[in-house]
Amino acid sequence: MYDVNYHRAGSLQEALKLLKDADDGKFLAGGQTLIPAMKTRLAAPSDLIDLSHIAELKGISAAGRTVTIGAGTTHAEVAASADLRALCPALTHLANLIGDPHVRHMGTIGGSLANNDPAADYPAAILALAATVVTDRREIAAEDFFTGLFETALEEDEIITAVRFEAPAKAGYAKFPNPASRYAMTAVFVASDGNAVRAAVTGAGDDGVFRCAEVEAALDTDFSPSGLDGVRVPADALMTDIHASADYRASLVVAMAKCAVTMANG
Amino acid sequence: MTEISMSVNGKEVSGTVEGRTLLVHFLREALGLTGTHVGCDTSQCGACTIHMDGRSVKSCSILAVQADGARILTIEGLAEGDALHPVQAAFKEHHGLQCGFCTPGMIMAATDMIRRHPEGLTEATVREELEGNICRCTGYHNIVKAILAASEAMGAGAARAA
Repeated sequence: MYDVNYHRAGSLQEALKLLKDADDGKFLAGGQTLIPAMKTRLAAPSDLIDLSHIAELKGISAAGRTVTIGAGTTHAEVAASADLRALCPALTHLANLIGDPHVRHMGTIGGSLANNDPAADYPAAILALAATVVTDRREIAAEDFFTGLFETALEEDEIITAVRFEAPAKAGYAKFPNPASRYAMTAVFVASDGNAVRAAVTGAGDDGVFRCAEVEAALDTDFSPSGLDGVRVPADALMTDIHASADYRASLVVAMAKCAVTMANG
Repeated sequence: MTEISMSVNGKEVSGTVEGRTLLVHFLREALGLTGTHVGCDTSQCGACTIHMDGRSVKSCSILAVQADGARILTIEGLAEGDALHPVQAAFKEHHGLQCGFCTPGMIMAATDMIRRHPEGLTEATVREELEGNICRCTGYHNIVKAILAASEAMGAGAARAA
């Protein structure tokens, strides 16, 4: 790792100022992607601005069925939240599948979203839940937030402060993890508000997370695993790599969607 | 260089580190606490698992400066004098190690696991929870047995591990 200047921000204002004063600064959340990336020199920021001590980024709150999760909330905290489990158990289940227990004690929802790894778990949930990404200066709809591989709508100096969504009537998440990395080789989050179904796929898209129209149309008609019988997802925009071909991922999308719906129907 | 201080195994320590110094290197090289191992150095294997502010973390993926002001517990801080921690005792009793390289991380992972499951553990839970700790001797069977036995032995006293 190249050397780096570390700064600990006590507030959003301080974080913004520290970044502005840095040559090539980066915000640090849990660091479970950024630190390993720096170790391999894939990332080499001049300065790190640690956001993990900013109190206003922490915590989970619910008002009725509106859930707000602070960007600095760890995967372990999301997984263990009884409030959240009552409102959206698919999301606590998802958080518990990220990395391993030690990684989940550090990694945060805001960090994961800002990084937008094409095989990360949270992007699928945020997109399927039609969540709002709240930042220090505006609110961004999930639909507009993810703009490509490791790319988001965030400005260079913009900080995610929270994620907000309406708890869906039903939701489920199923993941086919890569056996070595445990990242999603294909994973599907389905959510139904009783009328429309949203299904988002991570780990499979050439361009990162995406909504799957074929799965949504089938589940709009019949929200059950058998409703997906015979559904085919085009492989054109899916990833091929050493782990799986685009065709294999296309079939995994349907298989994982069936598992996700089974979970959603409890 | 930055001056940092933290509590390690109940003792206040301080040191001067580069921004890039990893917590595991600070523990091993500055403090001489070589019980915490560097296995893969890519945050896969869990040999470097320690507790920071009461929660298990991988010390190869945390900068020493991030831990400034934190409360750290390493494998050296588990036993009380000559009395092994119940998890250490269970690993000994059930032969939960072969070469021993992964053992410190396994034990720190296990104590955190037992803390988070005061209701008790099942074999399936233990195996699932060991996701982040790799034993290249593949001696998982006895590791799982040891953790289950320790969880049982600790019963309501599980909080001690934290």
